Amino acid sequence: MPVKVQTEDFDLGAEILQLRRGNPGIGAIASFVGLVRDLNEKGEISEMLLEHYPGMTEKALAEIVAEAKHRWDIIDALVIHRIGSLKPADQIVLVAVSGAHRHEAFAACEFIMDYLKTRAPFWKKEHTPQGGHWVDARESDETSVQRWLQT
Amino acid sequence: MVTLLYFARLREAFGLASEQAELPAQVKDVRSLTEWLRQRGGAWQEELAPGRPVRVAVNQDVASTDTAVRDGDEIAFFPPVTGG
Repeated sequence: MPVKVQTEDFDLGAEILQLRRGNPGIGAIASFVGLVRDLNEKGEISEMLLEHYPGMTEKALAEIVAEAKHRWDIIDALVIHRIGSLKPADQIVLVAVSGAHRHEAFAACEFIMDYLKTRAPFWKKEHTPQGGHWVDARESDETSVQRWLQT
Repeated sequence: MVTLLYFARLREAFGLASEQAELPAQVKDVRSLTEWLRQRGGAWQEELAPGRPVRVAVNQDVASTDTAVRDGDEIAFFPPVTGG
């Protein structure tokens, strides 16, 4: 269950090839890629800075992936999260889950993403023409994670 | 001696990313540690005021106000996370 926190960009095709290589038992791979948008409620974004807590980030992500593996019969999972300076349209995050069948791969992928957004120690700072500001946590992200507690 | 870490908005407000601190005897958990730091006044009092959205991790695990703190611990203060 690789977890990577890196400044470099990633190649979805290459990462998925790596995830499935050598395992013909994999019948499904579900993936999610998060991107930097160019607009938010405070205006046009010129840059986004991603800060994290080295050590705890990797630990939190590994725990989230382990929980997904415990809940669903999946084969493997990959999480890549970028840090540092990003620009609109840049890729921020990749979650990919391999399994024998699609339903579990889809569910585990969404679960990992929902937990990552509310539990992994990353912080975004957006820069707009008005200056820099830290992004506030969203209530809807906490709502998204709460539904997994009921299943 | 404990290691205190501050991230994101808190790091900027305090002008400090990390420090080593000798805890007084009355500091036994996250609650009393937060109260002790608040006594520094200024940004500390403001950012760590009751009701402010501050999260704490002890030795890289999410902590509650009742979580114990001991010599040698790494204790981090940060705003709610916004990754992904």
